Amino acid sequence: MNVNGRIHKYDDNVDTDVIIPARYLNTADHKELASHCMEDIDADFTKKVKAGDIMVGGANFGCGSSREHAPIAIKHSGISCVIAKTFARIFFRNAINIGLAILECPEASERIENGDEVSVDFDTGVITNLTKNETYQAEPFPEFIKDIIRADGLMNSIGKR
Amino acid sequence: MGMTMTQKILAAHAGLESVKAGQLIMANLDMVLGNDITSPVAINEFYKNGFDSVFDKDKISLVMDHFVPNKDIKAAQQCKQCRTFAKCFSITNYYDVGDMGIEHALLPEKGLVGPGECIIGADSHTCTYGALGAFSTGVGSTDMAAGMATGKAWFKVPSAIRFRLVGKLNPMVSGKDVILHIIGMIGVDGALYRSMEFSGEGLASLSMDDRLCMANMAIEAGAKNGIFEVDQVTLDYVKDRVNRPFTVYSADEDAEYDEEYVIDLSAIEPTVACPHLPENTKMARELSEIVPDQVVIGSCTNGRLSDMKAAAEIMQGKHIAKGVRCIVIPATQTIYKECIKRGYIDTFIDAGCVVSTPTCGPCLGGYMGILAEDEIAVATTNRNFVGRMGHITSKIYLASPEVAAATAIVGKICDPRDLK
Repeated sequence: MNVNGRIHKYDDNVDTDVIIPARYLNTADHKELASHCMEDIDADFTKKVKAGDIMVGGANFGCGSSREHAPIAIKHSGISCVIAKTFARIFFRNAINIGLAILECPEASERIENGDEVSVDFDTGVITNLTKNETYQAEPFPEFIKDIIRADGLMNSIGKR
Repeated sequence: MGMTMTQKILAAHAGLESVKAGQLIMANLDMVLGNDITSPVAINEFYKNGFDSVFDKDKISLVMDHFVPNKDIKAAQQCKQCRTFAKCFSITNYYDVGDMGIEHALLPEKGLVGPGECIIGADSHTCTYGALGAFSTGVGSTDMAAGMATGKAWFKVPSAIRFRLVGKLNPMVSGKDVILHIIGMIGVDGALYRSMEFSGEGLASLSMDDRLCMANMAIEAGAKNGIFEVDQVTLDYVKDRVNRPFTVYSADEDAEYDEEYVIDLSAIEPTVACPHLPENTKMARELSEIVPDQVVIGSCTNGRLSDMKAAAEIMQGKHIAKGVRCIVIPATQTIYKECIKRGYIDTFIDAGCVVSTPTCGPCLGGYMGILAEDEIAVATTNRNFVGRMGHITSKIYLASPEVAAATAIVGKICDPRDLK
């Protein structure tokens, strides 16, 4: 599986309150959540983002609350993958559980710049920066987590259907 | 090789002799928690996947606490969905307006969580129950849905950092100062993916409210969980509350830790976290030029009885400074009633504060105290991220109830020991 898109880059410690502010948590509607994604740190994000684009953050991406609304808002804004130096643990878990692709790769997090065009190969973990003509190697997922992703999320992997 | 407290609890709940850091396990759950924000997402997932029963109606807690009494129609719809679900599956521990409290104050108070238990909650501050010697961690709504259906959750066994506490807290210094000090020291990702294990002879001087406050903020250092060694303080607290058998786990003597810190409690001073991260700590005395528009005393971090007591004793016979709005929120109905009985509510109102029914409201910028452009809050809450309590240019300083109360009186950030 491959994705390819333009980069939206952010700093360290992007927290779930800026990904989706709590004032919008009175709904679980995916589209409505997506329409407010990142608005407190990047007011134009929802206007700029195109389906398939990739988000890059620094260390501790997704820190703060356990709101699954955060990866949901990112996924439904059109983002195909989030790359970061490290992820906060609840966000990491939630992203996998809802089927938002995420990769930890300190080198990619440092080298990739806003607006770069990047492709990601999830089978190999290779991240290719087409703008800079560079590649970075991300840590591939362990089998246990691949099983959840193959089933398209946790509920499908344990589901009755 | 020996195991940490967390590893022992996880091994027992996975039916394994032993586990080691990095191992993936499937654990049986003693409690699955959700609130009015996270449960609706979980309930949608639960039904979408065709589940028609819960694993145990007594081991699920649904607490309506974030936006109740309902702040708007959408919030009301979300609570209604939780209420209907709870009724449909006869959920024993469903708490709504009238008997609700802030979830992480309510569950320990009701004895719904106990030592040695394995608990998940769709709220990041679920790590609070580590104060009782439980393994307890925050998850998302999908994990909550799977937990409600199967009574199980997958975990990657964490390694741990040990905090050996020595000495004794000084007057006007509390658990909040200790945990802010620690977060300032190790950073907001200093314990990422790991356990924070608290032990040592200094424990004896920490009340259960101090411990609940400290474990509550383990997530603000990125930790998977915070956990306290069980001692007489724990056993006294759970006596008459937890009326089922429980197991006390201690770390093995040869347990391996990634790092170990010795924290001298007698050296901790009133500490404040400056905008916009909990790691930006300074001494309260260094911040005397900061003039707050609003002071909030409450939350799952500091809305317990000893927090109310500390604030009331400072405000007794005094009035808050002109220009400051002070909101006090006892975390549960039991705490609220005790505050009335002890005269704290009179003290707060006479001092010019407003007192609210239990709610998470202002802490997460939900309602009941939203900040306007450029406004400054001093809050006993747990996060000071950009826009957390309102406008994106507003600023939050995190502090103990002692510092917050003294600040409200003086009108500037204040070390409570300097209050005349």
